Amino acid sequence: MVTLTFPTWMEPYRALVTGKMTGEQWQTLLRQLIWPVLGMAVFLLLWQLAAQRIDTSLGQFPGPADVWEQAGTLVDEHQATRAKEEAFHERQEKYIASRLEQQPEWEPVYRDYTGAPTFFDQIGTSLITVMSGFLLASVIAIPLGIFIGLSNTAHAAMNPLIQLFKPVSPLAWLPLVTMVVSAVYVSDDPLVAKSFLTSMFTVTLCCLWPTLMNTAVGVTSVSQDLTNVSKVLRLNALSHVGKIVLPSALPMMFTGLRLSLGIAWMVLIAAEMLAQNPGLGKFVWDEFQNGSSQSLGRIMVAVIVIGLIGFLLDRLMLMLQRALVWDKSSVQR
Amino acid sequence: MKALLELSNVGMKFDTPKGQFEALKDVNLKIDSGEFVSLIGHSGCGKSTVLNIVAGLLQATDGGVILDKHEVTEPGPERAVVFQNHSLLPWLTAFENVELAVKQVFRKTKSKAEIRDWVEHNLELVHMAHAMHKKPDEISGGMKQRVGIARALAMQPQVLLMDEPFGALDALTRAHLQDSLMEIHAQLGTTVIMITHDVDEAVLLSDRIVMMTNGPSATIGEILEVTVPRPRDRLALADDPTFVRCRQRVLQFLYEKQRKVEPLPRRNSAKAEANRKRA
Ligand SMILES: Nc1ncnc2c1ncn2[C@@H]1O[C@H](COP(=O)(O)OP(=O)(O)OP(=O)(O)O)[C@@H](O)[C@H]1O
Ligand SMILES: [Mg+2]
Repeated sequence: MVTLTFPTWMEPYRALVTGKMTGEQWQTLLRQLIWPVLGMAVFLLLWQLAAQRIDTSLGQFPGPADVWEQAGTLVDEHQATRAKEEAFHERQEKYIASRLEQQPEWEPVYRDYTGAPTFFDQIGTSLITVMSGFLLASVIAIPLGIFIGLSNTAHAAMNPLIQLFKPVSPLAWLPLVTMVVSAVYVSDDPLVAKSFLTSMFTVTLCCLWPTLMNTAVGVTSVSQDLTNVSKVLRLNALSHVGKIVLPSALPMMFTGLRLSLGIAWMVLIAAEMLAQNPGLGKFVWDEFQNGSSQSLGRIMVAVIVIGLIGFLLDRLMLMLQRALVWDKSSVQR
Repeated sequence: MKALLELSNVGMKFDTPKGQFEALKDVNLKIDSGEFVSLIGHSGCGKSTVLNIVAGLLQATDGGVILDKHEVTEPGPERAVVFQNHSLLPWLTAFENVELAVKQVFRKTKSKAEIRDWVEHNLELVHMAHAMHKKPDEISGGMKQRVGIARALAMQPQVLLMDEPFGALDALTRAHLQDSLMEIHAQLGTTVIMITHDVDEAVLLSDRIVMMTNGPSATIGEILEVTVPRPRDRLALADDPTFVRCRQRVLQFLYEKQRKVEPLPRRNSAKAEANRKRA
């Protein structure tokens, strides 16, 4: 006989099919499936009702169906652009090959396709920017946080600065960062675009703080007992940090990293909008300026995608945290 | 014979917001190699302070501690400590916790294989070989305390310092660990200083019981030699006259001579009364 084993979360569904539901399984089913779906349905309904009543200068506010349609359009546009791009490259290859036949000494010049970026290109740009900004922030904030946590002097020296800069909005940094990048990053053959650097540094400046503060707090709150163990073992400074301090601070550090990534994503969209730097923020801004009857629908697609990506980024951090942190109880949802 | 460990005129004054607080005054004690000494006294009298001074985690403000002709100035593995709440690194397995200590002490003298064997040997000594690859939160309180003891023993300390090592355990587990500790002490002849609140535990395990007076300015009130021959068996001892007399002496010291004088808050006084009756 074949026995099928089900993962525990599927148990209620199996029971539903076989008609043997226990009260507890009903509860699980309600919590896992029915309530979320119901919540979503109510939201869509309210959205639809509200949308019908809002008339903007760009036409009626898009309801769920319009947004779904626009999402489809965006996918189509993306595929069309990709096809064009491929055709362009093919033509170029052919041209170069034929010209080389006639003029073997000719140095071929390859050109990139220069169509406008699609919605999906913008998503890619935003993701790369947010990750770069976040990584740079982490690379700065974690060591600095450890240092501040370990040294009272460093804490006293830096705390006022941290408190001062922490609440600054990205929009205030943006002009400064833009000017500084323009002034400092001058090169004929730039490796990356200036706009990328501006967005990235703005993200870094804004998402530095949660990681910095949480790491510092994590380091200061290493239990006295473990510090005593380290003293009795006469661990040198490096092993003390590596074997006792860092692992102790890891749960707090991850809490900070998760907060930072969340902020990074929010800040990036705002910065892209304001500075017209490539990315999802620019997409939203362009649609707004564009002002066609589909614009609002397309912006709504972007809003949902931004939310979805923010959610996925957080899940990613959560998974990383689950994998790396020893203290499973510190990993909240 | 010259004592292995000597505390001379040890005094400790803490700076507190309300001014200086003299916790210890004129503590004098000599401990021979291989001796098992317990420190007993009411809560807050300064037992942990004495132990931490010997460990080097606290610096005495007066007097000093000499171990094997060297003055104690800082903590070190030759004075291994077993802490009250195990203090294992929660992200390491039992094996790795002990290994960290062994590597630190024997890095230069033992090969990799020898280190591994030594870690395993010490975990076997405390009967933890079966669970040595588990993390602290996967084992019971008693098991954690065993690993803590294994870690301390694995450093081959000249003195093993234990601050209420079994304080947080239930009576049965505690009895098990006491037996293990007696066994290990008999086998290795380690010098031990142990803090305890439990009179029976003190009498069962110790060669000498050091009784401390109440603070502030606490010091050693009496020292009792426990002459009960080893090996000791807890069941047989229950009505051994020497054992009973020793126990009586400690109880007298704690509850007659050093009775807590400050009036207890009303709510707790019933509990204190019950405690006294039980004792
Ligand atoms: N760092 C400190 N600063 C100020 N006072 C302290 C400090 N450490 C201990 N004391 C005081 O010294 C006295 C002795 O403390 P200690 O911890 O040694 O007591 P104890 O005998 O170990 O008590 P218990 O049995 O409850 O563990 C107490 O009155 C305590 O308040
Ligand atoms: Mg104590």
